[in-house]
Amino acid sequence: MKKVSLRDAYGETLVELGKEDERIVVLDADLSGSTKTAKFAKAFPERFFNFGIAEIDMMNAAAGLATTGKIPFVSTFAIFGTGRAWEAVRQTICYPNLNVKIVCTHGGITVGEDGATHQALEDVANMRNIPNMRVIVPADDIETRQVIRKIAYTDGPFYVRLTREKFPRIFDESYRFEVGKGHVLVEGEDVTVVANGVITSFALLTAENLEREGISVEVIHMPTVKPIDTELIVKSASKTGAVVTAEEHSIIGGLGSAVAEVLVENYPVPMERLGTPDVFGRSGKGWELLHYFGLDEKGIEEKIKKVLERKR
Amino acid sequence: MIRFEPSFFLERNRDIDEVTLRAIAREVRKDILKMTSEAQSGHPGGAMSAADIIVTLYYYKMRHNPENPKWEKRDRFVLSKGHVCPALYSVLARTGYFPLEKLHEFRKLNGDLQGHPDMHKTPGIEISTGSLGHGIGAAVGMALGLKLDKSDSRVYCMIGDGEAQEGSVWEASMAASHYNLDNLVVILDNNNLQIDGPVDDVMSIYPAVEKWKAFGWHVIEINGHDFKEIKAALDEADSVKFKPTMIVAKTVKGKGVSFMENRAEWHGKALSPDLLKEALKELGEIV
Repeated sequence: MKKVSLRDAYGETLVELGKEDERIVVLDADLSGSTKTAKFAKAFPERFFNFGIAEIDMMNAAAGLATTGKIPFVSTFAIFGTGRAWEAVRQTICYPNLNVKIVCTHGGITVGEDGATHQALEDVANMRNIPNMRVIVPADDIETRQVIRKIAYTDGPFYVRLTREKFPRIFDESYRFEVGKGHVLVEGEDVTVVANGVITSFALLTAENLEREGISVEVIHMPTVKPIDTELIVKSASKTGAVVTAEEHSIIGGLGSAVAEVLVENYPVPMERLGTPDVFGRSGKGWELLHYFGLDEKGIEEKIKKVLERKR
Repeated sequence: MIRFEPSFFLERNRDIDEVTLRAIAREVRKDILKMTSEAQSGHPGGAMSAADIIVTLYYYKMRHNPENPKWEKRDRFVLSKGHVCPALYSVLARTGYFPLEKLHEFRKLNGDLQGHPDMHKTPGIEISTGSLGHGIGAAVGMALGLKLDKSDSRVYCMIGDGEAQEGSVWEASMAASHYNLDNLVVILDNNNLQIDGPVDDVMSIYPAVEKWKAFGWHVIEINGHDFKEIKAALDEADSVKFKPTMIVAKTVKGKGVSFMENRAEWHGKALSPDLLKEALKELGEIV
């Protein structure tokens, strides 16, 4: 699978949107080269606001801009946008339900060499717990482009988690993203894997590998962690009777938790969660770290075998 | 009761003298005490120190439309120190945004007047505030947005002196100056008291004037209870170019009621029914 940059796709889509709509404004906190909002800054300098290394003020100002009818996209690294600025996001964006789009790059362990301080493994949890906030974790560039276009014209706050590392392209242009909808990428009978971000590409590999062993894996890509696609999860769980979640995030509060909440309340089946355990990350190359934490096709396979044991 | 037609507020710098402004502010102070006392909750002290400035903004300075709170040409007011909202609620009611009777809903379940301002529940509130240090940043964003639209609407924002201990106030102060926001006027309600005591004992923000000057602001020092000075400072800010304006207003916490003045204990405590009677008498109400 060809590896593609989600943040480049973001930057390019911002420029397209900027051309089409004067209401689009972009805010960054001294990371525009990394988040790729620099592309927008170059094309529309008057609609780009660098706030320096001051993420709280940036979030508050984005809310203020939204009250004047602008559509602000706010970018920084995931750890700062969802951690440092959390309370501004809660108080000034989500409580008044303002039309601000927070798109952070450098989510997850694949931040790599910078290590634990910069690896956001809690960002999805941080954003998911705020009322009015919707949370999206795209898998590749094609999906990222669609997500950015869709949220630009869907009123209210969004958090989109992008990454530093390039990810395999899993979609073609026929793909259609919808807020709140999961996608069955592979149909299966024995076990359901629900994944998002880069992990969806690993889930596809696992499904292929296990097919040779006679295990039929259903792969669901779940870009929207909130609002979660309850209907699809319950439908698949009632068919396969076992669920594995897999994400580049702490097992606390992210996709695994969201799916567990759905199953517990609607259709309890044996379930296993793959993510980083309750620990901080560490330095290394992005892809090395995925394998180090078992966030890959083998890690998913182990969880599947474990859940199938419990299913019997 | 002093009442104006809604059309009165559509132009800035209205012909209203200090005697009238003082009379309105006295009514507002009575509202503040009644609202907080009825709820047995809220923040009367800071609301009393802020009252004269908020009254001058809404009755003298700002262009606004009580009949159409979202009027495109309006000036904006952001109450960054959201806990003193009883003063703002009273002014909004008295200028005609909603009936005075609504003030009884303050801090009550199913009421529209929340403990801290909610832009969706209360007409005339520009943005929800309450957690300190955020409103001034939102005001910066509003000023940026209005500049982009080439609007001549102005943004006014009030912050507290205790609030200025929040780092985000200084982030916003940097940004306002960096972006030359001469359409932004911030008023510091400098009553020098916060919950735990005098601001300079708890965590000094001084010298405040020099700090904002160093941040690139045009700074004006006034007595925040002298209507002539408040009006003059707001007028002076109109002519400042390429800089935001900070009005450092020396005020008195609990202003207007002798036993409340300069006492930190009235930051977040309501008057008992007996003390309310006493306070209202001081404010000239026939009880």
